[in-house]
Amino acid sequence: MNVNYIWYFLTFLTLVSAIMVVVVRNPIHSVLYLILTFFCISAHYVLLNAQFLAAVNVIVYAGAIMVLFLFVIMFLNLREYTAESKTNLVKLGAAVLGGVLLVIIVAALRSMQIEPLNKATYNSQVGMVESLGKVLFRDYLLPFELITVLFFVAMVGAVMLGKRETGERNF
Amino acid sequence: MQPTIPDVVQTIPLPYYIWFASALFVIGIVGVLTRRNAIIIFMSVEVMLNAVNLLLVAFSAYRSDPAGQVFVFFIMAVAAAEVSVGLAIIVMIYRNIQSIDIGLLNRLKG
Repeated sequence: MNVNYIWYFLTFLTLVSAIMVVVVRNPIHSVLYLILTFFCISAHYVLLNAQFLAAVNVIVYAGAIMVLFLFVIMFLNLREYTAESKTNLVKLGAAVLGGVLLVIIVAALRSMQIEPLNKATYNSQVGMVESLGKVLFRDYLLPFELITVLFFVAMVGAVMLGKRETGERNF
Repeated sequence: MQPTIPDVVQTIPLPYYIWFASALFVIGIVGVLTRRNAIIIFMSVEVMLNAVNLLLVAFSAYRSDPAGQVFVFFIMAVAAAEVSVGLAIIVMIYRNIQSIDIGLLNRLKG
């Protein structure tokens, strides 16, 4: 099957680029790998027929959030190498802890029963704008409105935090 | 309606997505635990959020239930708000101590 190869390739690429985000020294390279991760996840959404979320993922994550990260990194001029203050022992411990957690999650989910696909009632159009819009504005209208309040509060908070106080020096 | 089922839903078992999302989530956790750069810690948190998003979309697509994808939409909105405030805090930290190494923030201890 062709799609299977695409799936395995995308999964591999996503995991490798996510690991590179964590491992790479230079923060700018880290951001670029993170953008690659997000594009791969968007491709996964397309494979799952969730076109609306694929577009939103590219626009919001790879577009807005990553530009914000890149802007802050260049703004703070973090390009030069700075020695990390964590020892190798801490890093090894963290890696072992992560591996153990992964094993626990996978082992805990092994006995899970998954209901087989019901082909008669399957609707492949759920990920489209039409169906998502209906659900969003009918069943989830209140959370949607609350999100606007959250954005307003976040905007006010970011402006207040970023404001230079009188008498404070520049960078 | 059968021919319109996506190929991935038909051929890839759902547990593969669970393992994949778990691996992505664990990579994010390891990043938070190992790195000292506050911005990279933030990026690791984004990776963890995306692992959860992917799992929600996978379940939503396999069950053909749109509610999961609506939740992913909300998670993305909350992540955007979180990043804007978090990066403002990081800029604030950099102004005060000229570094974003979180090891230097131990003076926050009461």
